[in-house]
Amino acid sequence: MLGHLLQQTVNALTIGSIYALIALGYTMVYGVLRMINFAHGEMFMLGAYVAFLALSLLVGDVGMSGALALTAAFLVAIFLVGLIGVGIERVAYKPLRSSTRLAPMLSSLGVSLSLVTGVQILAGPQPVAFPSFFPVIRYEVMGGTISLMQIGILIAAFALMFGLHVLVNRSRIGIIVRAVSESRPTAQLLGINVNGAISMVFFVGPLLGAAGGILYSSYYGIMSPSMGAVIGLKAFTAAILGGIGSIPGAMLGAFILAFIEVWGTALLPIVTNGVLGTEYRDVLAFAILILVLLVRPAGLLGEAVSEESIVYKREF
Amino acid sequence: MAAADILAPARPRANRAISWLVFALVIALIAATPFLPNYHVRVLNSLLIYVLLGIGLNIVIGYTGLLDLGFVAFYAVGAYSYGLLASPQLGLHMPFLLILLVGACLGAVTGILLGIPVLRLRGDYLAIVTLGFGEIIRIIINNLDWLTGGPQGIARLDKASILGIQIARPIDFFWLLLITVLVVGTVVWRLERSILGKGWAAIREDQDAARGIGINTTNAKLAAFATSATIGSIAGVIFAASQRFVSPESFTLQESVLIVLMIVVGGIGNIFGIVAGAAILILLPELLREFAEWRILFLGLLMITLIIARPAGIVPRSFGPEKLIRGLFGK
Repeated sequence: MLGHLLQQTVNALTIGSIYALIALGYTMVYGVLRMINFAHGEMFMLGAYVAFLALSLLVGDVGMSGALALTAAFLVAIFLVGLIGVGIERVAYKPLRSSTRLAPMLSSLGVSLSLVTGVQILAGPQPVAFPSFFPVIRYEVMGGTISLMQIGILIAAFALMFGLHVLVNRSRIGIIVRAVSESRPTAQLLGINVNGAISMVFFVGPLLGAAGGILYSSYYGIMSPSMGAVIGLKAFTAAILGGIGSIPGAMLGAFILAFIEVWGTALLPIVTNGVLGTEYRDVLAFAILILVLLVRPAGLLGEAVSEESIVYKREF
Repeated sequence: MAAADILAPARPRANRAISWLVFALVIALIAATPFLPNYHVRVLNSLLIYVLLGIGLNIVIGYTGLLDLGFVAFYAVGAYSYGLLASPQLGLHMPFLLILLVGACLGAVTGILLGIPVLRLRGDYLAIVTLGFGEIIRIIINNLDWLTGGPQGIARLDKASILGIQIARPIDFFWLLLITVLVVGTVVWRLERSILGKGWAAIREDQDAARGIGINTTNAKLAAFATSATIGSIAGVIFAASQRFVSPESFTLQESVLIVLMIVVGGIGNIFGIVAGAAILILLPELLREFAEWRILFLGLLMITLIIARPAGIVPRSFGPEKLIRGLFGK
């Protein structure tokens, strides 16, 4: 029982850390632009595809081997997806910065649609097996099973999140991004390069999302062009649950959501005596989200901002 | 919205020309429909269903300014009303008009049920909660096998008939849908001009100020949700009757998003805009059918281009039904 408990906890932490990596991208973009970036789930998908491509090039053409090729593919992929993110912002969102709030959101839907079909056309719509980025080693701990992959994912995710923490809270770039988040017009008046800060966010967000995508595909051994939609939605829910715009909130929301999912799957049939099966775990997740928002309309760690600061331009 | 203004009041002649052009095109299309092959009529029917859905959702998004991403739930409520009340599933075979009424009422109730918890929420939080609501309804339908048939859905729905006239061929549904769109469109257009509609506009512009001048924002928002849900549900009943099959596949999040897109691409807050948006997003993929996946890619890129080129939509907000009538009959 204890082993089972431990195993479920590690499962939840693994999924939660992947959700957190993606949720951070949603929340950072929201922080600076007050925009929901619906194309962010596609950065997660692109991460996996670009890493796959990079890996096959590195192993096949360059002749790199083993751990070195994996590490290089990982780094190349997240960097490239970061650049793609910056490019997309320039083309599809920047011209809409002074438009209504709905316009960039819908533009991001167009980007999402184009990326999914683009990948479908290039790589085929069917799911593809994804190589494991970690050796398959399992440990028996008190009767439960924990894999080396899970530990690796946790370490990688936490390292990235720690990196983000340092970047946001301890660096000059972080100060700039936070200033723009606080108030774009004031930051501009103070001589801050607002466009640079926004580009930075659109580099770091997709980079983290891509890392999440690689870890996720590696964990489940599979990738598909449509995988961004489902996981993107989960991560977005996590960001809202934690309070969108808040970086610690996104992480907290992601772990809470993952625990609800993992434990919900395990407990729902037992608690309801088999009436509600595991297929209702998403219902449970959304129901909890709605309940949380009823009590705290700005999410768990979101600031209860006044209407003026929310609507500094018209909603529609 | 300066771009709008080839149609500004200062140019009554241009307005007249455009109004007659639009009017003539629509009449010609309607007159030609009975002679089109069934496949084309079906495409037009699906266009009209989306127009109906767009009119419904536009009340919440365009008039009241609340972003609802779970609209498809009400569409599902209507469709499953027909699916359950007119099929061998429960052995019930109620007449079409009765189900239309039941479906509309159920839709309104669901709308209010969703409306109550989200009254406090604003902006993006409202969007995610409505989205969650839509997903919850879909998952429940998907898993309530004994009632809804689960992912297989319900097949062999009754043929619809109204007062003894059977509605079965695509062209029958075309007339039914056309009449419904005209009636619902007119009612909603009048609603927008009513005191309630002005309340909605006030909430959209500034909720606190609206409350300040004595608008009961709670009731106005609930009315918006209920009206919008009723229309969504009516569209669902007709959709189920025309397909004679319902399954959860038709009620995914993508569907909600498509309707939002239609409204925004066409011109938010304007009934004519919805028709234009639906025409682009429903007809274009049909016309480009032979290009398979490329058409979706094209649609995605077109969406980005249209939104960047005309963030307020293709049809200017000022070109509403009044303008058309004024153009046609010159007042």
